[in-house]
Amino acid sequence: MATSDPALSAEPAEIDLSPSSRRLGELLIKGILGLAALVSLLTTVGIVASLLLPALEFFAEVKPWEFFTGTNWAPLFEPASFGVVPLIVGTFSVTFWALIVAIPAGLGTAIYLSEYASPRVRRVVKPIIEILAGIPTVALGFFALVFITPAIQDIWPGFLGQSPGIFSVAAAGLAIGLMIVPIIASVSEDAMSAVPGGLREGAYALGATRARVATKVVFPAALSGIVASIILAVSRAIGETMIVLLAAGNTPNSDLLQNFNPVESIQAMTSFIGSVATGDIGTGTITYKTVFAVAALLFLMTLLMNLLSIRLVRRYREVYE
Amino acid sequence: MARGDYSPSTARATIGVAGARGVTREMLSDQPRGDVIRNTVFAAILLLAVSLALVGLGLLIADNLIDGWSRLNLDLITQGTSSLPANAGLRSALIGTLWIMAFVVLFIVPIGIGAAVFLEEYAGRDSRFARAVELNIQNLAAVPSIIYGLLGLAFVARAPLNLGFVVLTASITLALLVLPIVILVAREAIRAVPPSIREGSLALGATQWQTVRHQVLPAAIPGIATGVILALSRAIGETAPLIPLGAATFITFDPSGPLSGYTALPLQIFDWAKQPSDEFRVLAAAGIIVMLALLISMNAFAIWLRNHYEQRW
Repeated sequence: MATSDPALSAEPAEIDLSPSSRRLGELLIKGILGLAALVSLLTTVGIVASLLLPALEFFAEVKPWEFFTGTNWAPLFEPASFGVVPLIVGTFSVTFWALIVAIPAGLGTAIYLSEYASPRVRRVVKPIIEILAGIPTVALGFFALVFITPAIQDIWPGFLGQSPGIFSVAAAGLAIGLMIVPIIASVSEDAMSAVPGGLREGAYALGATRARVATKVVFPAALSGIVASIILAVSRAIGETMIVLLAAGNTPNSDLLQNFNPVESIQAMTSFIGSVATGDIGTGTITYKTVFAVAALLFLMTLLMNLLSIRLVRRYREVYE
Repeated sequence: MARGDYSPSTARATIGVAGARGVTREMLSDQPRGDVIRNTVFAAILLLAVSLALVGLGLLIADNLIDGWSRLNLDLITQGTSSLPANAGLRSALIGTLWIMAFVVLFIVPIGIGAAVFLEEYAGRDSRFARAVELNIQNLAAVPSIIYGLLGLAFVARAPLNLGFVVLTASITLALLVLPIVILVAREAIRAVPPSIREGSLALGATQWQTVRHQVLPAAIPGIATGVILALSRAIGETAPLIPLGAATFITFDPSGPLSGYTALPLQIFDWAKQPSDEFRVLAAAGIIVMLALLISMNAFAIWLRNHYEQRW
């Protein structure tokens, strides 16, 4: 479109749109709001500092090699022994039993809600799953102690040997499994719902059944989100304190394989912290430093998993949204 | 096509369409028999998976109701802490939880809303600072709660803040724990306010803060309130972070203010649950029912609030 009219092609006159005053009040408000946003960054700095300083002091007294490879955990005894491996293995064992329930239940729920359920069923089922996510863990731990453990004892087949005692890693694991089902279900369902409808319709048009569409089309397309949900769930299970504290007992197993025996009582990293770090431990004592060293390790493990799962979730968002 | 104005030709067309649909369905339903069976089995497995979580939740509630039934009366909330199960109740714990939550609200409302407004309205969604804070918040939301307890022990109960084991220590720690929830929900509520509202306000000469204060925030308040309630209901049920904060000890008085010693609802339940005696376990079950009733009604209120006041643009 060519115009020869000089009035239209001329540069428009500069209009000054800047505010007439510097608006210091506005700047002040922006500064205050920025401080509020800074609180979250400071929280992270605070967590790292509060864990790292005592942990470094701990490693000045205990060799890192002994801590990370030793299989005897007896920090409160004389002579003390600081091999953290039994706590890590104990933590993984609880997580393992939790995932055995939570992966099938969580993924099944996600597939059902995203591929099978009618809107009406979804409106009923989703809030109930959300209620489960809101149950305080002390209630789940108590449930494991007074319901799941006795139930396992009742149905325990004799040929498997000794039945579980008051504390068992499997009972705690099942309760944690119940706790993380909503995480797996909701994050996976998000990922599955983000799979474009066209992929599904294409498969249906080719005559695929719902089961085939769900397992061969939606599931692979949502895989990164599903993996993210499981990693997030693992990180929650590792960090869960009350359930292991109430239901898994508090005995570290030097025989590492025994940690995976469902009827054994174990000690996890969190239950060590929760049982020792009551308000009256003295700052600067070796017990205090030990607690913070274990907590630093726990924080590092969950941090890596969280970052990995955040990255995976971003990936599916980028592909489909 | 409105029903009723059937001419012979449209009737014929309707029959034709119905026939074509039938044929298509017939052809498409000709799936391999194995697939059809597998589909049915798969659906059954999915239903089983869904019911696992629902049954678990149902059993948890039913079991606590049955176990705690004999203590679910007014004595449960009027009696204080006691070493005798018959005299023990939740009064001190409930008062403690109320005090803690009052100060949690004082912290999370201004800081949570301030952070959300800054990130959405001032920082620019793609600025480096906003992205760093966003990643940081997502990560904080998944830090194990016991670690917040250690943070509170190291920095709030002891130097530098040195508050000791009082209500305020618990409030600050729990506020930091639930702040990510408030910020995430508040940001969503603010994002849901359409840009045209802001542009209209700015075009009329309002400053950015006037726009936020008089246009954006009023429209986002229902969403923000929902976030605050959800955060509080999370904070009420948290036990682990309070263990290092000295609340696990037995108290014989009612908490009376921000600098008073305290116990809290979930800790009292934890304390009872640990006791080997059956009478205390009955109390623990009854306490859990009280706590669940409180939390579920708070959540129901939050959902109602969201549905009732949510603005559709």
